[in-house]
Amino acid sequence: MQSNAALEYDYSIAKLFTYTTILFGILGMIVGTLIASQLAFPELNYLLGEYGTFSRLRPVHTTVVIFGFTLSGVFATFYYVAQRVLKVSMAESKFLMVIGKIHFWLYFVGALLATISLLLGFTAGKEYAQYEWPIDIVIVIVWVLWGVSLFGIIGIRREKSLYISLWYYIACFLGVAMLYLFNNMEVPTALVSGYGNIMHSVSMYSGTNDALVQWWWGHNAVAFVFTVPIVAMIYYFLPKESGQAIYSYKLSLLSFWGLMFVYLWAGSHHLLYSPVPDWMQTMGSIFSIVLILPSWGSAINMLLTMKGEWNQLTENPLIKFMVLASTFYMLSTLEGPIQAIKSVNAIAHFTDWIPGHVHDGVLGWVVFMIMAAIFHMTPRMFKREIYSRKLLESQFWLQTVAVVLYFTSMWIAGITQGMMWRAVDEYGNLMYSFIDTVTVLHPYYAIRALSGVLYLVGFLMFAFNIYKTITASKRLEEEPQFKTPMA
Amino acid sequence: MEIRELQAYANFFFTMFLVFLLYGYIVHLYRSEKKGERDYEKYADMALHDEISDAPVDVNPKTLDKKGKE
Ligand code: HEM
Repeated sequence: MQSNAALEYDYSIAKLFTYTTILFGILGMIVGTLIASQLAFPELNYLLGEYGTFSRLRPVHTTVVIFGFTLSGVFATFYYVAQRVLKVSMAESKFLMVIGKIHFWLYFVGALLATISLLLGFTAGKEYAQYEWPIDIVIVIVWVLWGVSLFGIIGIRREKSLYISLWYYIACFLGVAMLYLFNNMEVPTALVSGYGNIMHSVSMYSGTNDALVQWWWGHNAVAFVFTVPIVAMIYYFLPKESGQAIYSYKLSLLSFWGLMFVYLWAGSHHLLYSPVPDWMQTMGSIFSIVLILPSWGSAINMLLTMKGEWNQLTENPLIKFMVLASTFYMLSTLEGPIQAIKSVNAIAHFTDWIPGHVHDGVLGWVVFMIMAAIFHMTPRMFKREIYSRKLLESQFWLQTVAVVLYFTSMWIAGITQGMMWRAVDEYGNLMYSFIDTVTVLHPYYAIRALSGVLYLVGFLMFAFNIYKTITASKRLEEEPQFKTPMA
Repeated sequence: MEIRELQAYANFFFTMFLVFLLYGYIVHLYRSEKKGERDYEKYADMALHDEISDAPVDVNPKTLDKKGKE
């Protein structure tokens, strides 16, 4: 193994995906802030003709942040972490380097085309599965390429045991592959009938079956894109940044299998009080509540990893990012199950409480974790220290305030809305019309729009900090072992 | 019995079966460590020793073979 002395990890693919994480993060959050403002100030719908309306932009927001920002972050960290925990460099295999590059470029071009297709109004009309069939085919190829990278690098590894993070990346790969294929089974109408637009298709399923398959996927988009690979990140980056071994490796293993087992069957909680069989709704509720255990298993394992080292919270801002992320993970995995209880769902369903829940998860957990990962990786990939600790600290507080404003305003708005919809007078007549709720909710929508602006500014500060780190920061002589150096 | 009812029972019993497997796995984890057959905690600091020159926790025999031939 002497020949390894000069061998180094190759971060070229990880760097490329880091750039797209930042790019799609900015784009997705600009659109998020715009649609949040549209809900508060409807005139903003008419800025760009048909392309600027809420209905066009909402799926653009969700898909850009999920498949653009989050997946880029997943790929960037994967191409960084996998080499390290398997102790093998990508540079050792020409094949893997080529696959990695094709993976990136096809992903990038595909993501741009996909977004343009949504702006043009081509949509399959299913949430998080809006892309029409030609785009779906590109996505499948991108996914297969990632699979080749993933199993390819495992195939040439020096370290026989797969670290827990890799289990989670593999689960992300398999889970999304299976569910994406099932849910996007569709018939291109023009090919079958000879009529209509070539892009258009209809689902192979119909009625409640379609709804069930859709939410089987829909909820697992949350599970396998917003949870599983983000847990992969925290299991690597928190121990590494803090220099602490995982509190209990066994707990990490059993939480993993618990999560796999339970998450897949929680999706029917999106269909409570709908025409799907009653037992299925009940199982959806029950599975959602049981889900607290494996979710908290991982989160608590991470917090306990910091046992006796809580001083690092004040000394190292990146630890602060990750501890906050895992705390928000605990909050949203408690909140979700509560919303899945049938009687609570009767109030929560279709209200603003749902996007409130979504965003304490994504803004507090997903984005914070991905930013922390990039802050950790950049100095090591580019051999420079973080440009500004001050900027990083202020970004942290700005965004934390923004998240709190987002979810508190939506909690109040959602519960108010839910109560008003069902309020009846002594004769059983509805007490409020729809517009009454709109009037009451306006201030909360305005607060949410403000929180969007704050969060976006925080993300731009992050992007600027990373840009300056790469281009102008002090060079590092050697790779820092644990704590990320910053000026 | 109607197909829907059957599906519900099948779902229930299959779930119970999987719960059984999951608990079995947990028991297996703790028991094999107690008996001294496995040590899972030695993997807990893998992220800390991830330089390419660090020694792997468990060496992959296949890679060694390849290296040996070179
Ligand atoms: C600047 C930050 C953001 C703002 C202001 C924002 C705003 C919004 C708004 C206004 C909606 C539509 C809610 C509705 O239809 O009532 C929405 C939906 C959504 N956003 Fe964001 N967003 C932001 C960031 C993100 C990020 C970073 C992610 C994921 C990583 C994300 C994921 C989602 C998802 C999954 C939905 C759909 C929720 C549902 O269907 O219930 N958002 N967002």
